[in-house]
Amino acid sequence: MIRAILMLCMLSVVALKSHAGFETYEFSSVEGERRYAQLARELRCPTCQNQNISDSDAPLAADLRRELHRMIESQQTDDQILDFMITRYGDFVHYRPRIAPETYLLWYGPIVLMLIGLGVVLVVAKKRKPRQPAQSASSSTKATPSLSEGLTDDERKRLQSLLQQDDQK
Amino acid sequence: MRKLLVFIPLVAFLGLGIFLFKGLFMDPRTLPSALIDKPFPEFSLPSLYNMDETLTQLDLQGEVALLNVWATWCPTCKEEHAQLNKIGLEEGVTIYGLNYKDDPELARQWLERYLDPYRKVIVDEEGYLGLDLGVYGAPETYIIDKKGIIRYRHVGEVNESVWLHLRELMQTIEKEDA
Repeated sequence: MIRAILMLCMLSVVALKSHAGFETYEFSSVEGERRYAQLARELRCPTCQNQNISDSDAPLAADLRRELHRMIESQQTDDQILDFMITRYGDFVHYRPRIAPETYLLWYGPIVLMLIGLGVVLVVAKKRKPRQPAQSASSSTKATPSLSEGLTDDERKRLQSLLQQDDQK
Repeated sequence: MRKLLVFIPLVAFLGLGIFLFKGLFMDPRTLPSALIDKPFPEFSLPSLYNMDETLTQLDLQGEVALLNVWATWCPTCKEEHAQLNKIGLEEGVTIYGLNYKDDPELARQWLERYLDPYRKVIVDEEGYLGLDLGVYGAPETYIIDKKGIIRYRHVGEVNESVWLHLRELMQTIEKEDA
């Protein structure tokens, strides 16, 4: 008996908890419910920044959820809903910013940076290539002109022997 | 010339540093209004003084005016109320009130107690007009021109220095319209 009462108490706590949070909406279709969940995650709450409207318990977020539900139930498309939000709260309200001239830098900046980086790497690699074969060739035959320039014959010989010593190791 | 290329990363770093350093002193809470230079949203809501009377966006046209979004649950609204009284009652500037998500009875009591600087007060109990305006926190104050176009939005308290700025803007807009 006691066990049953305890059980009931626990159940009621669980039940209360699930109702204490946010309002729940009924949807006429499963698809609508899925879109609601998706859009509520993508829309940013303007008062409590860095929370989306499905996370936030601010009254404004509740208003936005109410509008979202209304618009989905009146068969509006995702684009229409996002337009509605953006004309009121600006681009700020959408976590996935639209592609427009103001956001080109944001969307294409990383690609441009990557291309620049690739270009720099290619240029540097190309400049390095001719030098390496020259060095390896010099060690087997002669010192590169740049190294032996301005040296006396004795010095040149010494350099040659030093380089060959290196090769034998 | 080649030697200068070495400094590119440093210059880029400094540029980024200055950009981010400036960001430290910006208020992330002020959002640009999406409605600047757009007509005031259409609405049809009761007047606080006479709930049977319906106000629309046409009631806000005719002169350069302020529209103040307020509520009795908003502490900053209380703080700025004395300043609004000064603007509306002493300086005679037209201020429209938008009573946002509030109990009209409490709002009337508040205006009786703290004086009423408003020409007209729109009752927006459900926050629909607030939503159309992009209100994200009371108090907010807008400048509306003669044709009912929103020209400026200030979020937060209106104090003396904010008011001086708003007044200057209103005078410029007035001259433009004339």
